[in-house]
Amino acid sequence: MSAGTIRSLLMGDKQADRVVPPTGFTARLTLFVSGAMAFLAVFALALSLASGRLADRWADELARSATLRINAPADQMADQTMMALTILRQTPGVAEARALTAEEQTALLSPWFGPNLPIDTLPVPQLIEVTETGEGYDQAGLRLRLSAEVPGAVLDDHTRWREPLVAAANSLRRLALVSILLIGGATAAMITLAANAALAANAQVIEVLRLVGAKDRFIAGAFVRRFTLRALLGASVGVVLGMGGVLLLPEASQEGGFLTGLGFRGAAWLLPLAVPIMGAAVAFAATWAAAHRTLKELT
Amino acid sequence: MIELDNVGYSYGGGELLGDVSVQLAPGSFHFLTGPSGAGKTTLLKLCYGALQPTAGQVRVFDQDMRKLDRDQMALMRRRIGVVHQDCRFLDHLPLSENIALPLLVSGKDLNGEEENLRELMKWVGLAPRADAVPQELSGGERQRAALARAVIMSPDVVIADEPTGNVDWEMSQRLLQLLVELNRMGKTVLIASHDLALIRAAKSQVQARVLRISNRRLQLAGADL
Repeated sequence: MSAGTIRSLLMGDKQADRVVPPTGFTARLTLFVSGAMAFLAVFALALSLASGRLADRWADELARSATLRINAPADQMADQTMMALTILRQTPGVAEARALTAEEQTALLSPWFGPNLPIDTLPVPQLIEVTETGEGYDQAGLRLRLSAEVPGAVLDDHTRWREPLVAAANSLRRLALVSILLIGGATAAMITLAANAALAANAQVIEVLRLVGAKDRFIAGAFVRRFTLRALLGASVGVVLGMGGVLLLPEASQEGGFLTGLGFRGAAWLLPLAVPIMGAAVAFAATWAAAHRTLKELT
Repeated sequence: MIELDNVGYSYGGGELLGDVSVQLAPGSFHFLTGPSGAGKTTLLKLCYGALQPTAGQVRVFDQDMRKLDRDQMALMRRRIGVVHQDCRFLDHLPLSENIALPLLVSGKDLNGEEENLRELMKWVGLAPRADAVPQELSGGERQRAALARAVIMSPDVVIADEPTGNVDWEMSQRLLQLLVELNRMGKTVLIASHDLALIRAAKSQVQARVLRISNRRLQLAGADL
């Protein structure tokens, strides 16, 4: 199908549209369905983008950090921490090593123990946050040196729990993308059903048009235009509502953890605007195919 | 204009028409007669491509009908005005738009044709009914409207299937008058009718030939009418 054909199918004039009788009820159903589908598509899109961001962040930031945990009797804690920090600062490939303050450790633990527990009375290990440079450090060498000089130190490079998290975020993203495809497919199916119903209901009209010398393009155009515009309008309303819904989601925050921050960021806000256009394109193709199937059976 | 060469039409095993050969010359006036169910409507449909023959060849404007693609078929139909037995209107559009429908589907500028449309509606005596919807029309009005729609594109051929089927004698005379006038303007006219009185009335005004279907064959009827 050439660009000219598509243009002439979509343009058409008011008078040509009148040859197909107006259908109030099915028109509203098509509007509703494409609106609902667009609304869902916006959320699937937000989910896919957010899980993508999450996966990237975990894969990226956490890969370049590690935690050193020091378990030592209370009187040796400060010495061992000092020692570990010194070793870490001497290790090539470590960009930064920083012992967490007591307050920071309390903040980390309070969600689990509650705010009222006096954590400083517990034998809490000291944590040291290690940030790598781009090249990274020699893990085996560092472990060996630590075990010799700081017996209470355990190096955790996060791989153990980072990998399943990244995998989970990635499969969430895949799921969201599959949902978008399914939404598109379901919209196509629904529009095809509606278009077939409209074509069947107007079989007489189509026959008369054909008898007075209408080309297939004219007849198909009357239906294609109608359904494309309905899908475009419905999907636009759906997208506006969907974006409003996403806007109302809570902001990303420390307390909310990774479940917040599901919305769009920056230029990604433009992405949902493509949904009505895609919806209209799907409706165009579905109606065009349905009309051609019907017309082929007429002389 | 339209040539049928050994045309046959069968459906579901039974033969309805066979060995039909006829030529409609430009400017000719033909009646097609025969008992009900003999295949008059089928023969007309073969002439404007609503049916394809199961045997033989139909040539329209020197083109083999079978070789026309769908768009060419549409263009061919714009050159043949058809008055269908059941008129075939779009019931949701007013009469004037129904009559102008062939102009609309062929992409003509409707505003430019407005004067023509008005004149045509006056010619068939329907000017006061321009805004009526088809259901509000009487049988005669419907037939005249169908005729107006058939000729609005100024076709070379006018085919009418029982145009006087359900109208009284006076009205059928009027319709005949309109068809005779079209013939005098140079149109080729083919009318299916079993109304012998009408055919006799026509013969006094125009040189009409009568084709009769009998026993699945088409014969040129003699002077017995």
